[in-house]
Amino acid sequence: MAEETKTFDWLPEGTEALADGEYDCIVLGTGLKECVISGLLSVKGKKILQVDRNGYYGGDGASLNLTNLFEKFGAGDAPTNMGENRDYNVDLVPKFIMACGNLTKMLLHTKVTRYLDFKSISGSYVYKAGKIHKIPTSGVQEVLQSPLMSLFEKRRFRSFMIFVDKYKEESSETWEGRDLTTMTMNQLYKDFGLQPDTAQFISHAMCLKLDESHMNEPALPTVKELQIYMYSLMRYGTSPYIYPCYGLGGLPEGFSRICAIHGGTFMLNQDVDEIVFDAEGKACGIKCSEDGKKMMAKAPMIVGDPSYFSQDKVKPTSQVVRCICLLNHPIPDTKDSESVQIVVPGPQVGRINDVFVCSMGNSLQVTAPGVYVAIVSTISEKHDPDEDLASGLRLLGPILKRFTSVSQQYEPVADGTSDNCYISKSFDATSHFENDCDDLLSLYKRVTGEELDLSINADSVEGDY
Amino acid sequence: MSSSRVHHFKLVLLGDTAVGKSCLVVRFVRDEFFEFQEPTIGAAFLTQTVQLDESTVKFEIWDTAGQERYRSLAPMYYRGAAAAIIVYDITNPDSFTGAKSWVKELQRRGDPNVVIALAGNKADLESRRKVEFEEAQSYAEENGILHLETSAKNANNVKALFVELAKKLPKNAPQPEREAFPLAAPQNDNRNCC
Repeated sequence: MAEETKTFDWLPEGTEALADGEYDCIVLGTGLKECVISGLLSVKGKKILQVDRNGYYGGDGASLNLTNLFEKFGAGDAPTNMGENRDYNVDLVPKFIMACGNLTKMLLHTKVTRYLDFKSISGSYVYKAGKIHKIPTSGVQEVLQSPLMSLFEKRRFRSFMIFVDKYKEESSETWEGRDLTTMTMNQLYKDFGLQPDTAQFISHAMCLKLDESHMNEPALPTVKELQIYMYSLMRYGTSPYIYPCYGLGGLPEGFSRICAIHGGTFMLNQDVDEIVFDAEGKACGIKCSEDGKKMMAKAPMIVGDPSYFSQDKVKPTSQVVRCICLLNHPIPDTKDSESVQIVVPGPQVGRINDVFVCSMGNSLQVTAPGVYVAIVSTISEKHDPDEDLASGLRLLGPILKRFTSVSQQYEPVADGTSDNCYISKSFDATSHFENDCDDLLSLYKRVTGEELDLSINADSVEGDY
Repeated sequence: MSSSRVHHFKLVLLGDTAVGKSCLVVRFVRDEFFEFQEPTIGAAFLTQTVQLDESTVKFEIWDTAGQERYRSLAPMYYRGAAAAIIVYDITNPDSFTGAKSWVKELQRRGDPNVVIALAGNKADLESRRKVEFEEAQSYAEENGILHLETSAKNANNVKALFVELAKKLPKNAPQPEREAFPLAAPQNDNRNCC
């Protein structure tokens, strides 16, 4: 379509303005974190340009249809016998949302909840001694029936959970003489006489600890995670996790709409050639090109995911191994659950890091009827993805089609104050968003200089009557 | 079916930049018109009801919020839309070409049963007309879609556009049985009371 191109005196010779040319912030990538930041900044009145090299929203955390999924993994043409292409919204990064966690607060805060419907994940399971067991959710009765623990252990488990439920950091009468800022998690478990297997189950399947390092650290953060788990469980019923219909890709899409409503400009399918730096080494814009036409936009800050920045701005951390599997059946031994999470604690299978399995199907509108997607993921330890994932893949039964990937995780080397480059961390290997939210809150603080106040509604726009 | 029955439908607007999509919605919902309407109207979505003889249709109207400018509308936008209004500007032939490509995009990405209306807006600018009514009409007939020329400025045909769409929408389609829920903030934020 015909558009008037603006000109600016800062434009280099032979270069046109990209979109409106001048912005308060340019955001590179449309992953969840980038979209939350652009949404929040635009609500504050900032003028945003958001660019993504892909033709879809979500970046590494997108939900893809069958065509895009096969294309992404170079797996040839998508099969025609697996239902409608549009029925598929397969997540590239498998995660569930903790019903009372920080992401839920952000969704409510920005009112992105208006665009999305959620469902409870039907079941949450943990692997122990060669079998998977449902994690007790409905209080005493289910705990007493669970084969996870002996009878005496169940009593100890129960008194431990009652302590955690009542515990309040600010009122010492709930501490029962325990100072959780000095007592380690290991000591706390021992104090209640809990067996190592039970401790492992609580830490990995409920507090979602990835390894054993928390055991020798103060118990408080782990206890708080357990509290969030328990409150989340009580919120919507069958499991502490919720999930948006049509896949996680709806999350960045929803935040992008908030940004657009507040005047943000979006360009998909747009590669970024170069981040422009001024004489002091501070980022001040981006250069793009299309059909031989050179374009540039300017902004005093650049926010983005690590893939848009040069190697000297980011450092590699761990590698995450993920295998997306298409099945024609629910995961065995889960009572045909439409959606499940299974945690395989690392120590159960001779590993340091846990293996996560997430599975969902047509009831969450992510696959065609009769097809299920199961995603197995963990942090790479063995340098052979199949070996890393074996304990999870083994639980799935026959697999129709699988896509394995090893992705290098990155994090920024600096906080952005010296070079105006505010970079998010890659999505981690956990099965939830809690750590990603911490990164998001940190990114927000670095970009705006203030803490994000999640107690008020950000979007006070009139019109949604 | 009782006449008081209210049917809810999501309606999306499509069309090139500056053809008057937001103006049409603002005219329909608030009966207002601004010559220099800001490119975005700043609302997540607007709702308005149409009273038919047999029933009431309540539209949840989604505007593009500018994401059409670089064709960057998210799948979320098309998802679950029962009706779509594709807008062009009768004084701008490019916008009519654009409208035809938006019809294709909608058929590719939207629900197969979506009811489409083509709106030739700015019909008050007759002296500057570049897209003939007959041309658009025959395109609409070939594609089995509604077609009206509208003016958000003088309100001509705006209500009629939504009424015609409301009439064409199926009123007996079963509501999908999904136990999905919208997220709501806890009634009482005292976590320990649960």
